[in-house]
Amino acid sequence: MAEPVGADALVFAGVSKVFGAGRARITALDDLSLAIKAGRVTGLLGPDGAGKTTMIRLAAGLLRADRGRVHVLGQNITKTARAVQQRIGYMPQRFGLYEDLTVQENLDLYARLQGLARAGRLARYAELLKLTALGPFRARPAGKLSGGMKQKLGLACALLRIPEFLLLDEPTVGVDPISRRELWHIIAALRAEGVSVLVSTAYLDEAERCDDVVLLDRGRALAQADPAAMESALQGRCFRVTHPTTPRRALQQTLLAQLPVLEARLDATSVHVLLAPDTTPPDITGAAWQGVAARFADVFVDRLHARRPAHARAEATAPATPRESEVVLEVRGLNRFFGDFHAVRDIEFTVKRGEVFGLLGANGAGKTTTFRMLCGLLPASSGSLLVAGQNLLKAPAEARRQIGYVAQKFSLYGTLSVAQNLAFFAAAYGLRGERRGRRLAWAEEEFELGPFQAMNAGDLPLGYKQRLALACALLHEPPILFLDEPTSGVDPLTRSEFWQRINHYAAAGTTVLVTTHFMDEAEYCDHLLLMSLGAALAAGTPAEIRAAAASAENPDPSMEDAFIALIAAHEQTIRRAA
Amino acid sequence: MNGRRLAGLITKETLQIFRDPSALGIAFILPLFLLLLFGFGVSLNAEHVPIGVVADHPNPTTDPLVAALRHSRYFEVRPLAGLGPARDLLSRREIDAILWLRNDFARQTLTEAPATIGLIVNGTDANTARLVQGYVLQAWMIWLAQQNQAAARPLGLSVALQFRIWFNPALRSQDYLVPGLIAIIMTLIGALLTALVVAREWERGTMEALMAAPVTMAEILAGKLLPYFVLGMGGMALSVALAVFVFAVPLHGSVLILALASALFMLVALGMGLLISSLARIQFVAGQIAIVVTFLPAFILSGFVFDIRSMPAPVQMITRILPARYFVSILQSVFLAGDVWSVILPDMAVLAVMATFFLGVTLARSRKRLD
Repeated sequence: MAEPVGADALVFAGVSKVFGAGRARITALDDLSLAIKAGRVTGLLGPDGAGKTTMIRLAAGLLRADRGRVHVLGQNITKTARAVQQRIGYMPQRFGLYEDLTVQENLDLYARLQGLARAGRLARYAELLKLTALGPFRARPAGKLSGGMKQKLGLACALLRIPEFLLLDEPTVGVDPISRRELWHIIAALRAEGVSVLVSTAYLDEAERCDDVVLLDRGRALAQADPAAMESALQGRCFRVTHPTTPRRALQQTLLAQLPVLEARLDATSVHVLLAPDTTPPDITGAAWQGVAARFADVFVDRLHARRPAHARAEATAPATPRESEVVLEVRGLNRFFGDFHAVRDIEFTVKRGEVFGLLGANGAGKTTTFRMLCGLLPASSGSLLVAGQNLLKAPAEARRQIGYVAQKFSLYGTLSVAQNLAFFAAAYGLRGERRGRRLAWAEEEFELGPFQAMNAGDLPLGYKQRLALACALLHEPPILFLDEPTSGVDPLTRSEFWQRINHYAAAGTTVLVTTHFMDEAEYCDHLLLMSLGAALAAGTPAEIRAAAASAENPDPSMEDAFIALIAAHEQTIRRAA
Repeated sequence: MNGRRLAGLITKETLQIFRDPSALGIAFILPLFLLLLFGFGVSLNAEHVPIGVVADHPNPTTDPLVAALRHSRYFEVRPLAGLGPARDLLSRREIDAILWLRNDFARQTLTEAPATIGLIVNGTDANTARLVQGYVLQAWMIWLAQQNQAAARPLGLSVALQFRIWFNPALRSQDYLVPGLIAIIMTLIGALLTALVVAREWERGTMEALMAAPVTMAEILAGKLLPYFVLGMGGMALSVALAVFVFAVPLHGSVLILALASALFMLVALGMGLLISSLARIQFVAGQIAIVVTFLPAFILSGFVFDIRSMPAPVQMITRILPARYFVSILQSVFLAGDVWSVILPDMAVLAVMATFFLGVTLARSRKRLD
């Protein structure tokens, strides 16, 4: 059993933590033993419900382990929680800010709680405000900051007394790409000062910025290593596949149907494939296979794939039916104000039948507000919007049957069983007799909900909640499907499976509108609208948007690079106008 | 307890109170609303009660009695022709009582036999019924006295009863409702508001950040206790000022005792609020519990509106564990009777025990952890 050593920032020895009791009993950590080295940046990755937050809270002394010992900076946390808390910095998932206090007042509060003397405080404020670029916003209430600014203020509050060990719980979720990059610069600077950092994240690309990565699943550590080493272990199994005639998405479906293919992701211009160990590329006529370096997403899929029951893959579909050019959704000059807050500014776009249309942006960009106006849940302040030729806000119930809607966090009845949820939504959409039976049977089979029929929706794993929500929205076979942040908080394996389904429905003629804050998901959309602070930054196909952002230094930018370049350009125009 | 950390927490809480309109609403607008409602709107006095008078044989003996009723501000007299129509009016609630002077009334007063009058009262509203009964009796006494004087001889009743109403001579219901309200208002601020603001910290995730900071649980609790103590005492001062200057409720006892008792009760209410918030981490649930466990009992069972002595014995037992009961008793004594130590001291002792209990349990229960 590992004993605390000076060089370890954090040691878990046989730690178990169980929440709840009886049927609702959840084992968050299961006999976990590991050590996090001091002076390094360690990333904590894993699917939703893997135990990441529990692990960080145990390290911060906010939970007590049922079994095992937790040593932080050489001290037993259960015995000396307060002494340890004086030496660590902790930023909870929601940043722990008082929204009705200003930036300065939040800093004052946490400085006093850390026991900083007034004299030392002022110098530290200056440093932190410079580091986080929050200087001009000192008098602004924290609730009125953007997501990225809140994240930086939360970090500043955790850094007031320079900690020996910094714990960050998913600091980058839903935050715009620029703020994410800035956060990682700050982390790098702290590391240079000798601060140990443990950071959990849902973004797999961020793993590559860590010195060390812990891969957690179902309360156990699957692996702990240098991310580069983990990636190089997959040497020879990753390929970039292109085909001269088949479109990327059809190629992806074909590839996924092949046995040795563990994962096929859409890249900027090709399909990225991970093969099972000791297999050779399957023979697909015309396809060009080019070996490439593994990414951390491949490591994730490879390690977790073995632990999951194989999902029935969405069958490879016939090449997409020719797209009809009929416009099913048209938005012109859309604006929305909340008081004097301009939440959506002059948004315009059209969506054709059978398209997957994506609204991309960070939290607070105006995606959900736009969505609610489209679905007729919120009146527009100005502008016109037509869904299937009707304004849903004024349209009769008949027109609303044209759409299926999956709200953020999946609006299911948590205390009803899966079967009861399905029955309720079937009744709500007026399904009767033979059609009702046929659709319920379809939902059970298509989403593999059979084994869960009697389980309460609230107790389902997140991935199955997502499936159930999708099943409920599709029961009445709507030609248009609205999905608001369907992949938020869902692990990468489930996300990739989800997108396969969506593409499958789109190929069958369903029009899909989807919002997301994951830039890599942009590749799954036919057309995109990039939003920031309520305004449209760019619109077009993923390739067009990336091409627009190409520059001499970066001729082949990723969607995230493109987004960052566009935000920078947008801010410049605003500044010029001001 | 570290001064710097405590100062930080108190500053934060104070800023939040002033920026959050709902906190100020509960502390100052709600008391104002309740005081106006109970001061002006609700009156437990019976005034202008419609009463039917059936005199089978109107004559000089009965006239003064009817006149006495007519001149009283408590009654609206309606002379009626017979008992039949009077009964109809009573059952339609157009009148609340019937005074029946039989045809042999005048004759009886002149004989040795006791003279009888009939009084039929609608008992649906027991409170009004009792008041009507009392008022009619009073008018009857006055009439008897007059008859005695006029005839210069004893008439049936040989003992003259003298009525004197103590502590609330004008029988104004405001005078005892408004002091009682102070207990309600302080329960709202101490228990409901405190339970809500702590639950809000849980909901917004700020409690997690506080707990990860090197503060002690005692500091976190004191950081909540002190600002809301001041707020509650502010609400109390506002209520007392309104009671005395707007509603002209007399304050016979000393302000110091009033403040001291209020401070004790405030600690009890805060203790209950903090204890609730350690059980419920969702504002909705915390609010429900606070209303059911603290506010409603204080409203109904504290003796503020309904007299505890007229409650059934088991309910009376329950009122003994209600802090508000003891505070209402102190308030009514201090306002209406003065510093009656035999009432105030035992009540304050009970409040002190309760404050220690609630705050002690809260401190023992609260751990600086999320599970």
